[in-house]
Amino acid sequence: MPEREKSSALHTVPPIALRRRITDHVMTGVAVLTVILVLVPLFAIFAYLVYRGLGSINWAFLTQTPKPVGEAGGGMANAIVGSAFILGLASVLGVPLGVGAGIYLAEFGRNRFGDVIRFTADVLNGVPSIVIGIVAYSIVVLYQKHFSALAGGVALAIMMIPTITRTTEEMLLLVPQALREAAYGLGIPRWRTTLSITLRTATSGVITGIMLAFARVAGETAPLLFTAFGNQFWNLRADQPTAALPLQIFSYAISPYDEWHRQAWAGALVLIVLIVTAVAAVRYVVRRGTFGAA
Amino acid sequence: MANAARPRPDMPAPQPVESTKVNDVSSDGKRAARLFGVSSEAGDQVFKFAMLLCGLAVLATLGLIVYELVLRSGPSWHAFGFKFFAARDWDPVNEKFGALPFVYGTLVSSLLALIIAVPLSIGVAVFTTEMCPPLLRGPLSFFVELLAAIPSVVYGLWAIFVMVPILSNYVEPFLSRTLGWTGFFVGPPYGISMLAAGIILAIMIVPIISSIAREVLMVVPQHQREAALALGATRWEMIRVGVLRNARAGIMGGIILGLGRALGETMAVTMVIGNRPEIAKSLFAPGYTMASVLANEFSEATGDLNLAALIEIGLALFLVTIVVNALARFLVWTVTRGQPSRSNA
Repeated sequence: MPEREKSSALHTVPPIALRRRITDHVMTGVAVLTVILVLVPLFAIFAYLVYRGLGSINWAFLTQTPKPVGEAGGGMANAIVGSAFILGLASVLGVPLGVGAGIYLAEFGRNRFGDVIRFTADVLNGVPSIVIGIVAYSIVVLYQKHFSALAGGVALAIMMIPTITRTTEEMLLLVPQALREAAYGLGIPRWRTTLSITLRTATSGVITGIMLAFARVAGETAPLLFTAFGNQFWNLRADQPTAALPLQIFSYAISPYDEWHRQAWAGALVLIVLIVTAVAAVRYVVRRGTFGAA
Repeated sequence: MANAARPRPDMPAPQPVESTKVNDVSSDGKRAARLFGVSSEAGDQVFKFAMLLCGLAVLATLGLIVYELVLRSGPSWHAFGFKFFAARDWDPVNEKFGALPFVYGTLVSSLLALIIAVPLSIGVAVFTTEMCPPLLRGPLSFFVELLAAIPSVVYGLWAIFVMVPILSNYVEPFLSRTLGWTGFFVGPPYGISMLAAGIILAIMIVPIISSIAREVLMVVPQHQREAALALGATRWEMIRVGVLRNARAGIMGGIILGLGRALGETMAVTMVIGNRPEIAKSLFAPGYTMASVLANEFSEATGDLNLAALIEIGLALFLVTIVVNALARFLVWTVTRGQPSRSNA
């Protein structure tokens, strides 16, 4: 088509083109609308958390154990500490295994067997958390004969491992091969190269992966329902039922008491704040600590 | 995901090398080995073996899950066989167990969630990749991903106290007035319902579907867009013909991944679905899902058969989510394969 004809076609707008243009505008509007529809619940959730939660957080909430029904006051101190305890157990079990498996995949796993482990990790990542709870119940609780913090820790560890494995692998693969070869060239053994050079170079990425896994399981409730089970009192023994913040929020939220609803909101706000600060703090420290010299 | 904290391999590299005093060691491998105290051969073998054990632990975990679920659901399997998934009564007192209401509830709530979430997620993904000013792109993806970071129990809390009252006061009466004739929106508008479960699930899976869709849209080659525009397409026509059509398989993968999440989601659903093992056509009626019956009844199971029946539900849930997730990963992989994008969710 000659240039002149084309430009004249653009200037006179036939009805068909008008319809196309209107469709274009309408679809743009629809896309904007979807964004608004998605963001409204997000802001509504945070707004309500702050609005209902802030009014309910006080010193008693952070320092006391739950009071019996009908008595005002009381708090979730034991649940906050219990959550930290269970998460600590989960990290002790899950982080070394996850990082180790990631190292195996990155350094030794460029083969069919590595693919099998990679696929297994992805499958594990998709297993519903409640099913992991069942498994932790049957491998820990059934043997101990009662619910325990350890069972909760095992359940959460199983959920952390796949995320940590895959991010560790990805981060180690980002380290240039030349760095490893330089180390081998200096006669440094492979294990030492991996630990002191490859892993150390990738530290910030690996820790980010760990924190992602941590943040993901910190709010998990389903796998704790019949493992850690919950507790109205203080407990710091791994073989005893332990309170956890998400469990406490759940049981208070479905209770019929206004006082408990109030505390559930406060607990949810504390949970979100803890998750966000944990992630933010570690990212900040890692970035400053490892690469601050830059 | 980890963009902000991506390691910068160039920076710390010199440190370990300096500390080994390159010049002193020169090229003498044996001296280097002595420097590190361990014969490198043995050390390497031990190290590789230890890491292999960690890798095997991942395999063993999955094996253990399958083994425990199959072993402990045995009694229920022997008692009911395949009829377990076709029977409708759930009666722990008389030890009669049928999982159909739970399977139905899981499927309906998840499908409902997909019907709501898919158009929203694709809209968000299209907006962020194709339409939005570059300045907004970062914050927008951040906000959508923030949705994924909210714990399930917090969604449930919000749903009970904020969403359900809105549903019962405004949305459900409106739906029953306008769409009541379909039979899907009849009955008393209590708010606690299958509909509430579907909506809260939809909010929870939007970030999953839209982040995968965004990733897939971004690997559609730029020349596809340019070609469509050069033919005189409007922006929407370019998106429809040049972008979405090319990304179909990957977006489908994202949708199925979202489905996998919705099927296994427990807490938020348990808190708003009403927990009654019934099969009702109306979405205003309460229901029950496979995951929520586990959450509610597992720790109070009255007998071995009851426990086995619950674990069999867990096994079914496990198998379904594995198939769904494998399918999703395969679809996403066929699209993003060979692309420089390194992020696999």
